[in-house]
Amino acid sequence: MQATKIYSFHGGIHPEENKAQSLRLPLGRPSLPSELILPLGQHIGQSSRPLVKVGDKVLKGETIAINNGFLSSFLHASTSGTISAIEERLIAHPSGLSDLCIILAPDGQDTWTTLEPLNDWQTLSKTDVLAYLSEMGIVGMGGAGFPTQVKLQGAHKKPLSHFIINAAECEPYITADDMLMREKALELILGIEILQHLVEADKVVIGIEDNKPAAIDALTSMIKQRDSKVQVAVVPTKYPSGGEKQLIQLLTGKEVPSGQHPADIGILCHNVGTCVAVYDAITFGKPLISRFTTLTGDALKAPQNVEVLLGTPVSHLLEYADSEPKKLSRLIMGGPMMGFTLNSAAVPIVKTSNCILAASKKELPPPAPEQACIRCGMCEQACPASLLPQQLLWFSKSQEFEKAEHHNLFDCIECGACSYVCPSSIPLVQYYRHSKSSIREAREATVKSDLAKQRFEARKARQDAEAAEKEAKRLARQKATPSKAAEKKKAAPAKAAPTVAAAPAATDESKKLKVDLAIGKSKLKKLQKQLLEAQENEHLEEISNLQLQVTEQEKAVALLEEQLAKTAEAAPTAAEAKVPKPAPAPVNDDIKKAKIDLAIAKAAVKKVEKALKKAEEIQAPEIEAIRQQLKEAQQRADELENALVNPATTIPKTETTAQAAPSSVDADMTKKRKIDLAIAKAGVKKAEKNIQLLKEQGKNESEIEASEWPKKLIEAQEKLAVLEAEDTTDTVAKSQAKAEPEMDLANQIKKEKIAVALAKAQINKLNKRLESAPEDADKINQDIAATEQRLQRAEALLATLIHSQTNTQENR
Amino acid sequence: MFTVLLAIGILVALSLVFGALLGYANVRFRVEGDPIVDQIDALLPQTQCGQCGHPGCRPYAEAIANGEAINHCPPGGQATIQALADLLDVEAIPLDGDHGTETAKRVAVIREDECIGCTKCIQACPVDAILGAAKQMHTVIADECTGCDLCVDPCPVDCIDMVEIGVTAKTWSWDKPQGIAATSLNIIATDRQTEVAH
Ligand code: SF4
Ligand code: SF4
Ligand code: SF4
Ligand code: SF4
Repeated sequence: MQATKIYSFHGGIHPEENKAQSLRLPLGRPSLPSELILPLGQHIGQSSRPLVKVGDKVLKGETIAINNGFLSSFLHASTSGTISAIEERLIAHPSGLSDLCIILAPDGQDTWTTLEPLNDWQTLSKTDVLAYLSEMGIVGMGGAGFPTQVKLQGAHKKPLSHFIINAAECEPYITADDMLMREKALELILGIEILQHLVEADKVVIGIEDNKPAAIDALTSMIKQRDSKVQVAVVPTKYPSGGEKQLIQLLTGKEVPSGQHPADIGILCHNVGTCVAVYDAITFGKPLISRFTTLTGDALKAPQNVEVLLGTPVSHLLEYADSEPKKLSRLIMGGPMMGFTLNSAAVPIVKTSNCILAASKKELPPPAPEQACIRCGMCEQACPASLLPQQLLWFSKSQEFEKAEHHNLFDCIECGACSYVCPSSIPLVQYYRHSKSSIREAREATVKSDLAKQRFEARKARQDAEAAEKEAKRLARQKATPSKAAEKKKAAPAKAAPTVAAAPAATDESKKLKVDLAIGKSKLKKLQKQLLEAQENEHLEEISNLQLQVTEQEKAVALLEEQLAKTAEAAPTAAEAKVPKPAPAPVNDDIKKAKIDLAIAKAAVKKVEKALKKAEEIQAPEIEAIRQQLKEAQQRADELENALVNPATTIPKTETTAQAAPSSVDADMTKKRKIDLAIAKAGVKKAEKNIQLLKEQGKNESEIEASEWPKKLIEAQEKLAVLEAEDTTDTVAKSQAKAEPEMDLANQIKKEKIAVALAKAQINKLNKRLESAPEDADKINQDIAATEQRLQRAEALLATLIHSQTNTQENR
Repeated sequence: MFTVLLAIGILVALSLVFGALLGYANVRFRVEGDPIVDQIDALLPQTQCGQCGHPGCRPYAEAIANGEAINHCPPGGQATIQALADLLDVEAIPLDGDHGTETAKRVAVIREDECIGCTKCIQACPVDAILGAAKQMHTVIADECTGCDLCVDPCPVDCIDMVEIGVTAKTWSWDKPQGIAATSLNIIATDRQTEVAH
């Protein structure tokens, strides 16, 4: 076995080791705690998905949660017992937050489930072995808990020159890996051999610091005994030689380029704990349910290493190691350099917990106050990643994250060497962590906003397409109606061939016209918008000017539409010639057209109303004119509606049967009533809004009274009430008259329920308003009373309906 | 005399050459579209809530490019204002309270058993984050919801709540250290409190 050449890395520090304390006692095995807390997110990546329910009985080693995606892992019961809860519990995390955990109440039997070792791993395909490792819940046990199978898969990108086993354990106080190598040297070597079989690296090296002579002895003798090809490379003790990139540099002299992984330069690194876990899984079929953890610190009377079941609460371990609560000033998970403070001892041990440090105040004094950076450069000397910590600090403090990134902030391994040496006691790592999370947050926000933008644009495109389609259909209908009239006038001769030939030409022309029309319309829209804006900003000169333009543009659009209709005549005529349509079609078309006209008229009414409101707001002089317009528009809408209702009922229905006709009249009636109802509702709303507006403008009560709005409001409310009453009585009567009442009843009940819900919601809203605007208490109280009446009515109706429903059911 | 003419001649020649070069570059490397609007748009949170007074984020981006104030976007908050200020090289100003206040991140949640299936909220949602059909229960896809609030008002039975997204262990981020001023001003080494700890 030739000695491996040892290189060196930049920087590094030599903090006090403090490793002896925890090595005095032999490996301990704490008793079963009263409950095990198994967080679902013990690894990097998505949290696992629980497989068990509360109350399930599980055996030791049974799978209780499965992976949730690629970068995720399995979770197993650490002992046999009952799942007592699946709930949020405090977890070991620097945030001190809770996360979802499976709580297992042990039954004390510790009965293993049937284990299925993978005895034929040498002959099985590597993918199968990797899948098996994933099912055994094995993740990197040294640091972040990266799922082992993912790391192994990544190693197949490139032929490996080195497979490095990280046994450096450079952080002060921690001796868990040291103890593991002493206790389980054989298992470690066998595990390494399994992994080597999977990755086929040229060289397998265990990197270990020279402060662990016992472990080194154990390993070398075991290697000799087994005649294994594994090499042991002893590196000098220097923090942080156990950092992945640092150890690689020590053993191979190669630097992992910024932003890349060791696998990119043909190197794979695994922790000793992971290798042993792999061995246990493959040879015995034991999933990852326990680990070696160091319990140390001055506040413990019996510091030692323990083999502990995952999920054991830290408090249980502190008790086991005889902690002195009085001495304990800070509880740390991990080491003093890279660990984090625990606010509670209730958190559990997870797959990555290598140390619990119960420190006294003397051991870990509170940090000295931060002072200004004196640019001494000591941090730069210490940084193992060859960064410029003072520069990073500068950018982090001033939130110039982009520049920090350019200075390779993300290559910082948060080792704390810089903070350790800083004479100004600046908590440099904290600044870097803050910057990193800010950058990460910003990135996530960008991803999210991009998604929102995409969806918004997709929606807009869809809506535009829908609108265009509707528009096209509308146009098609519009040209269909007059063309038929024309056809009748022109009579049969038009059917001759020339018309058919002319059709394509006509379509071409109509296409062009359509485009023109669309352009004209969009122009009109723009102008209208400008007009509105001008009105808002009270630019009077602009208003009149714009109004002129709007009317002109409207004319132009109308002209275009007319033309389009005319040109289109020819085409449908031709079409008609080929496929004569059934007679009733034009009648239907007429109705449709009338309906469309009505809709347009209504829209016009709305528009004018809006303008009126605006005008009133700014007390413009043209109020009267607009009112006049409104009246006219309203009239037209009413006329149209009448026209629509009457002819629709009188139109002879050739296709529909005589029986069907009345029902359609009925439907029309209800429709009309509904429309009335909606209009009345809108009226109420409008009046309310206006009153509100007046109030906002600081008008006092008497002025408001003087304006016609309150009156209007009351009128509108009355009308609404009448209409609603009609509606309900009518529908009730109808539903009672119906031969098959049940379905209708059910519908009716549903509707009433909704009405009740609506009324309730409205009362809620009003109450809220009452709170926020106590000065209008009177009015709001009135409203509330009215709504409550409505609610009662609706509820009474609902009760009768339900009653009649049960009655009919009983009668059957 | 000759030298003067020569100098003038050279200068004229040079200016012609560089003028031609610039002219060519202008044609050759012409940038399509309006890059500044795109850049501004990329900084806006794309909530599409309309609180800025524009029908969506892009129209506001266009308005900013045309000189509107950069502090009208409440969902983006101070961070967006800062980013816009950096981009446009203007001063970062506080958020304009008329357009709303910065709130914690929220998502809409429909109380599903109260929903009457009127689809009004679907029509209001600018990012299609609500799932449902007429007379069926509706629900919000939390991952797609931008928390814009627009679906709350249209709901006739008031069954949509805006719920704050709490911080989980996965989304938690480190606080910024307090800095020098916040601690003490013990500048002299012997004042440092490390020694007191014994
Ligand atoms: S060690 Fe501290 S004081 Fe010195 S340069 Fe670095 S940050 Fe500044
Ligand atoms: S914490 Fe980061 S910047 Fe500081 S020494 Fe370690 S790697 Fe370098
Ligand atoms: S669900 Fe509601 S809050 Fe969420 S994006 Fe859609 S409209 Fe906005
Ligand atoms: S607006 Fe309210 S009631 Fe209507 S579908 Fe949406 S959540 Fe349901």
